[in-house]
Amino acid sequence: MDKILRIDMGAEGGPKATTVPTGEYSGLGGRALTSAIVSKEIPPACHPLSAENKLIIAPGLLSGTTSAMSGRISVGSKSPLTGGIKESNAGGQPSQVLARLGYAAIVLEGKPKGDDIYKIFINKDGITITPDNSLKMLGNYSVVEKMKAEHGHKIACISVGQAGEMRLLAASIAFTDTELRPTRHAGRGGTGAVMGSKGVKIIVLDDTGTTMRQPKDPNKFKEANKKWIAGLQSHGVTGQALPTYGTNVLTNIINEAGGYPTYNFKEGRFAGAVKISGEVEADLETKRGGLATHGCHRGCVIRCSGIYNDKDGHYLTKQPEYETVWAHGGECGIDDMDTIAMLDFLEDDIGLDTIETGVTIGVTMEAGLLKFGDGEGAINLVREIGKGSPLGRIIGSGAAVTGKVFGVERVPVVKGQALPAYDPRAVQGIGVTYATSPMGADHTAGYAVATNILGVGGTVDPLKPGGQVQLSRNLQIATAFIDSMGMCIFTAFAILDQPETFQALLDLVNACHGLEMTAADTVEYGKRVLKMERDFNARAGFTKEQDRLPSFFRSQPVGPHNVTFEVNDEELDQVFNW
Amino acid sequence: MRVTTKLFATLRRGRFDIDTFDLPEGATVDDIITKLGIPENEVTLIFVNGRRADRATQLADGDSVALFPPVGGG
Repeated sequence: MDKILRIDMGAEGGPKATTVPTGEYSGLGGRALTSAIVSKEIPPACHPLSAENKLIIAPGLLSGTTSAMSGRISVGSKSPLTGGIKESNAGGQPSQVLARLGYAAIVLEGKPKGDDIYKIFINKDGITITPDNSLKMLGNYSVVEKMKAEHGHKIACISVGQAGEMRLLAASIAFTDTELRPTRHAGRGGTGAVMGSKGVKIIVLDDTGTTMRQPKDPNKFKEANKKWIAGLQSHGVTGQALPTYGTNVLTNIINEAGGYPTYNFKEGRFAGAVKISGEVEADLETKRGGLATHGCHRGCVIRCSGIYNDKDGHYLTKQPEYETVWAHGGECGIDDMDTIAMLDFLEDDIGLDTIETGVTIGVTMEAGLLKFGDGEGAINLVREIGKGSPLGRIIGSGAAVTGKVFGVERVPVVKGQALPAYDPRAVQGIGVTYATSPMGADHTAGYAVATNILGVGGTVDPLKPGGQVQLSRNLQIATAFIDSMGMCIFTAFAILDQPETFQALLDLVNACHGLEMTAADTVEYGKRVLKMERDFNARAGFTKEQDRLPSFFRSQPVGPHNVTFEVNDEELDQVFNW
Repeated sequence: MRVTTKLFATLRRGRFDIDTFDLPEGATVDDIITKLGIPENEVTLIFVNGRRADRATQLADGDSVALFPPVGGG
């Protein structure tokens, strides 16, 4: 992890790979590394699809080691969707594999002149970049199948589907899971469009002949990892709820709390929620011979994912996540699990952010293009995206664009990015994160739902503005640190409640890298990341006026609590004033 | 008075998803948890009519009580 692979896709004579030392970026991993490179090297005013933009893919500081939960990977770029900085992260196998191959990051730069598309193969012996136009306009599942036929099953893949090739704003980047299926996605912000603009269809990683990364102090590391795992397994959320029901266990509680955005953020409760809840989903998966407990990468002990089979017991998709189930469920008024699972499969295959796509479909329903609840219509719309029809390209460009095209007022976006599955009027803390995160509306950037609704990390009244700014600030700082370690954000549930589990994480980092970081140092680390990100956005033209929710959240009360978003602008402007 | 009780996740096992029963005036959430025989530490999140509540919360006729074990996701 002491080298960076830079690939100039626009080099004279064809793409050229150069391996350079990490240099000034040493000590940075995951989000800290992607955001540092974006902030330092990308001209803030550049067009996101131009040769000047870069795509950075970085495992975390702990990825590739034996530490549990360290398989997250960060993707950074100037976002085509928001026009600001983007870090979108994903699970799957590539993080561990890339780290074991010794790379702190892959940086795709420049832009090829022709319209060839390329595959990049990386193993311990080096890098091969080959044009392969037979891969054009294949879905993620098909392109991965082709790579399996060529390179065998001991690979991990990073790819784009048709959406990325068409450079659509909702395009994701897919990462393969432990079954070598392209089901884990860096979904948010359209990074798939940037990869598509670089002419890269797929990166194939093979770590044959490599070993686990060795920590500087193996004994201390091993001891810390034991405590880390024990802490995660003893917490009710990471040890029981997530393994048993997956993330979709949230549907019932968010709906109960009146914060489940329904019919494009018109209402706060969905009558059909009970039919698409985590309890129902897990039961269905088990009955059909799928799996309700499954890790997205080796070394995961929370195992919040699963395998979703169709009515005949054949694989359909991985367990659709809470956000995905909501984006096509409550948001679109669809209460059929099989329809939602089909949408999940199609969007993984075409390479689309499920949040952005689901919200966009909701916006088209508001516009009257489809009726709320029309599952078949939703499936057809997503297929249009894959085909690249004019309508499909509009939908694949996200909620903000689609809302403008169809003349819709209620378009739930911040910085052009669609809101996730919590209504900011009924969960005011997450509204602060949506408004102020440098990423645009992103629940993972500072998950105030934990404290507002789930009673994790204390309690703050979700319906009132008091305490929300401080909560969001602290969570955004902590998250920036965790995202840089390659750690899954769900570890935060245990960390927030159990000081000894947070200490175990610190011990892991210190033992791995020979450091002596304290809790205060992690706060400084997180602040440094956020500062770089905000600085890039400021240079790209963002002001405090973009740190706002759409005005309807202040003017239109949402039931059942009849509340509006009450954190005022002056308070929002204090989030980063630490 | 009539109170509707909803159970979620692991609390449903061997019990029910939703049920309505009669409680004496002045009953609290704790009375329901005791009546259902749910062990002390299993209920961590309580909502009454969609608002966060606790065991001591007094109930009124027509209330809807939702009980959850620890849950999380995102």
